[in-house]
Amino acid sequence: MQKQPKTYPQYAKARAGKSPVLRNCILAFISGGAICTFGQLLFDLYRMAGIGEENVKILVPVSLIFLAALTTGLGWFQKAAKYAGAGTLVPITGFANSVVSPAIDNKAEGMILGLGAQIFVIAGPVILYGALASAVYGVIYYCLTTF
Amino acid sequence: MESSNIYLKKPPVILASAAVGGKSEAEGPHGDCFDMLDRTGKFGKSTWEQAEAEMQGTALSLALHKAKLGHGDLDMLLAGDLMNQCTSSSYGALSFGIPFVGIYGACSTSAEGLMLASMLISGGSANRVGVVASSHFCSAERQFRFPLDYGGQRPPTAQWTVTAAGAFVLSSEGQGPRVRAALPGRIVDGGITDANNMGAAMAPAAYDTLKRFFTITKTSPADYDKIVSGDLGYEGYGILKDLFAKDGIALGDVYEDCGLMIYNRKVQDVHAGGSGCGCSASMLSAVLLPKKYSRMLYMATGALMSPMSVKQGQSIPGIAHLVQIES
Repeated sequence: MQKQPKTYPQYAKARAGKSPVLRNCILAFISGGAICTFGQLLFDLYRMAGIGEENVKILVPVSLIFLAALTTGLGWFQKAAKYAGAGTLVPITGFANSVVSPAIDNKAEGMILGLGAQIFVIAGPVILYGALASAVYGVIYYCLTTF
Repeated sequence: MESSNIYLKKPPVILASAAVGGKSEAEGPHGDCFDMLDRTGKFGKSTWEQAEAEMQGTALSLALHKAKLGHGDLDMLLAGDLMNQCTSSSYGALSFGIPFVGIYGACSTSAEGLMLASMLISGGSANRVGVVASSHFCSAERQFRFPLDYGGQRPPTAQWTVTAAGAFVLSSEGQGPRVRAALPGRIVDGGITDANNMGAAMAPAAYDTLKRFFTITKTSPADYDKIVSGDLGYEGYGILKDLFAKDGIALGDVYEDCGLMIYNRKVQDVHAGGSGCGCSASMLSAVLLPKKYSRMLYMATGALMSPMSVKQGQSIPGIAHLVQIES
């Protein structure tokens, strides 16, 4: 195999087109903020409908997850996320999309070996390390509150 | 290697060719030049992988139809794609009953196929050989990147996998452009690990092949009326020009890249341009061959990584095979 000069990767990186960071940040701020404001609106509406606060705290994320899953299935989510970036990724909507999109994609390989085996291919690491981190946090919390 | 004769003893003729594409290709500047377009990208099939196989079969049938030949008239079929185990090629050729050789050169497959077919014909092992190469945005995206509906952003250096297939019928005799010379590429590792910058990963291989070709043939860019690379895209195109400029060689206006030709980057959301086996294969058939360049260097470039090698942090080696086509 022919090797190139060691400086080549730096050269390639330096001349590579850069992502429009400022534009991405502004769009993420607006879209992410809009999703969170919508979540707050849902919260207030559920409260006005007379649902208890404990239940509303569950209903709001469930509603957002449902809407993200629905829009992913309709093919709208990806189109919006192209511009929104972290704005749609960071709220719970991004997590829903990361579970639903492989589910749709791998349907062709069957319900078990396709959808079932591949559904957490993106969200899997988040779930695993999220669960592990919460266990570690739990131990720390226990130690701190005991002594 | 430098002493070997890269000129073919009996230059074969490209009797006919065909290009088949999808929606983005139809909307590109050369959409009208394709022989067949399916804007659904499904080609009447239920999965993307089956669609790609169908697309390959359609391209070959169209090319044979143009050459007024049947499937039985081919001595051999060389076909390749980007899928694991080259299934688009084997399933695409399944019903034809042509002696089949599956090839893999990533996005360099079209030039690899043309090179091997020319050598087989020139060497007398076959009289008529078919060459097919394809890529499909949806099947490649699934295998190499993320699910289609995943809401992610691509960096500006990323390239858009072309949904297209190109098929060629080569013969020892007949009328048409001839493959005069063929130079197989060496594997070149530029040390690029970013799978979203394949143009930069492949450019050193393109430089290596083209430079060797100029050295062996004692020619320069001025001796050709067209020099095309396969899918270096915006990044790789600029780097290749840069690398030659450092040697004091200007590639000039005769140099073009299929990845930049196939889409309108200003309007279509394809970032650094097109990529995939179908990119160079379809552009050669639909755009370059009809222009009847008297001396054209056609060099398809490939990035030889797998999803595993990228995850294991290995750098992405590139390869570029070159054929000289004369009309």
